[in-house]
Amino acid sequence: MKAGAFSWHPAHTLDEAVTLLAEYAPHDGRVIAGGQSLIPSMALRVAFPAHRVDINGVDELARVIVDGDDLVIGACVRHAAFHVPVEPGPLGRLLTQVVHDIAHDPIRQRGTFCGSLANADPASEWCLVAATLGARMVARSIRGARTIEAADWFQGIMSTALAEDELLAEVRLPRLAGDARAGFYEFSRRAGDYALAMALVAYRDDHGTLRDVRIGTGGVEVQPRRIAQAEAMLEGRALSEEAIAKAAAAVSAAVDPLEDVHTDATYRRSLIGTAVRRAFAQAAA
Amino acid sequence: MNDTLPITLQVNGHAHAIRVEPRKTLSDALRIDCGLTGTNVGCEHGVCGACTVLLDGAPVRSCLMFAVQAQGRALRTVEGLAQGGNLAPLQQAFIDHHALQCGFCTSGFLMLATGMLERNPTIDDASLREVLASNLCRCTGYQNILRAVAHTRDALRAGTVKNVDGAQATATSQVSR
Ligand SMILES: Cc1cc2nc3c(=O)[nH]c(=O)nc-3n(C[C@H](O)[C@H](O)[C@H](O)COP(=O)(O)OP(=O)(O)OC[C@H]3O[C@@H](n4cnc5c(N)ncnc54)[C@H](O)[C@@H]3O)c2cc1C
Ligand code: FES
Ligand code: FES
Repeated sequence: MKAGAFSWHPAHTLDEAVTLLAEYAPHDGRVIAGGQSLIPSMALRVAFPAHRVDINGVDELARVIVDGDDLVIGACVRHAAFHVPVEPGPLGRLLTQVVHDIAHDPIRQRGTFCGSLANADPASEWCLVAATLGARMVARSIRGARTIEAADWFQGIMSTALAEDELLAEVRLPRLAGDARAGFYEFSRRAGDYALAMALVAYRDDHGTLRDVRIGTGGVEVQPRRIAQAEAMLEGRALSEEAIAKAAAAVSAAVDPLEDVHTDATYRRSLIGTAVRRAFAQAAA
Repeated sequence: MNDTLPITLQVNGHAHAIRVEPRKTLSDALRIDCGLTGTNVGCEHGVCGACTVLLDGAPVRSCLMFAVQAQGRALRTVEGLAQGGNLAPLQQAFIDHHALQCGFCTSGFLMLATGMLERNPTIDDASLREVLASNLCRCTGYQNILRAVAHTRDALRAGTVKNVDGAQATATSQVSR
């Protein structure tokens, strides 16, 4: 179908973008970034906003930079930027691995990292990365800037802590330690589809002892999250297949799975345990 | 809100001055306002890839962009592939390998593969499959599309063709009548 009518407001600077948002947000105005989630929902007439503030011309938001311990990803950085490592350490390698599971190449040429975070689909790979690694979201409006922790950002299916007049200007991802290992595993029925379940794990191997263990799940519940009880089972322990199997079982027990016509809760619960085990296997490889 | 805006689209090196509503997709503007109907529209929501065009060299879904967003960008569509009566080597490879049946998906696949091979002429088989999995074809079963694109990549590597598109195409790819 065709999208409904709207007024188009292209911004050229960050200041202009937040000023336009302040003006139009109260009149059903929203941001358009890559458009790769928004335009399909406008075409399906699920979304019909009156005003669109277009940030694609804001060059200052198209940067991804390393700032001390953070990787800072601006609002116009496309998924395709991660086809090559954007950072020399384990984080850069992880993002390059993960990006290939997001949609398809032509969609990655337009869609943005921050747009995925703002869209907050339960099965978004970047949302899983943000939740597991503890990203901080920087929101800007004419009222100023504020930083939102990942744990507070996600508020259920496709809903976030961002106010209507706020722009998600950048996401700050903490860089992984140089000796950190990370693994990611996603299951979907066709290449490019949203995941039915996916897991992201990260840890440091301190002479055979696991440190800084992170286990995140996505696609299974209404939002991605870390599973603290499973992490605690591995923290300070030796890396072994049995220990990982027990932690994976704890993840399966902890989740409250989404259900749809193709996938019932029992299946998703089982699948996420498998995804956790495979993510660990991948991290160790 | 239904007002039209004057814009200029640069398509295959030609300027098209048109007026569009902001809600008009790039695919509709190309087909309806520029008269370039080689770009097909299947699903209109990003799933099939029939509408793939090159935007500053990168393959994109033209149904997932508004035409107003494409101002000042270099667009290429399937109409721009053949040059001077010569089919592009990739187009000839599609014929030679029977990489199309009904042809509805073909312009999208040609633009997808053109963008891919121009970016990475030595792309490996696994990456080639991953990129070509972006688009849907209901007829061919994909194998012949893979063969046609791999053949063109190999010809580029061997130096028997110089460009993916029709520029400096070899004599063997003359349009047959
Ligand atoms: C066929 C298909 C398959 C896909 N598969 C996947 C997949 O497997 N995994 C996946 O994660 N995604 C997938 N996507 C979605 C894609 O990754 C989108 O790019 C992404 O979800 C949204 O980013 P965007 O920049 O395109 O945002 P847009 O579509 O422009 O916007 C999405 C929403 O976020 C808001 N928004 C965007 N940016 C900002 C900002 N900076 N500040 C405030 N609000 C903002 C918009 O107002 C809108 O509500 C798929 C899309 C398609 C068409
Ligand atoms: S028509 Fe654009 S992807 Fe199907
Ligand atoms: S040739 Fe018919 S859809 Fe591909």
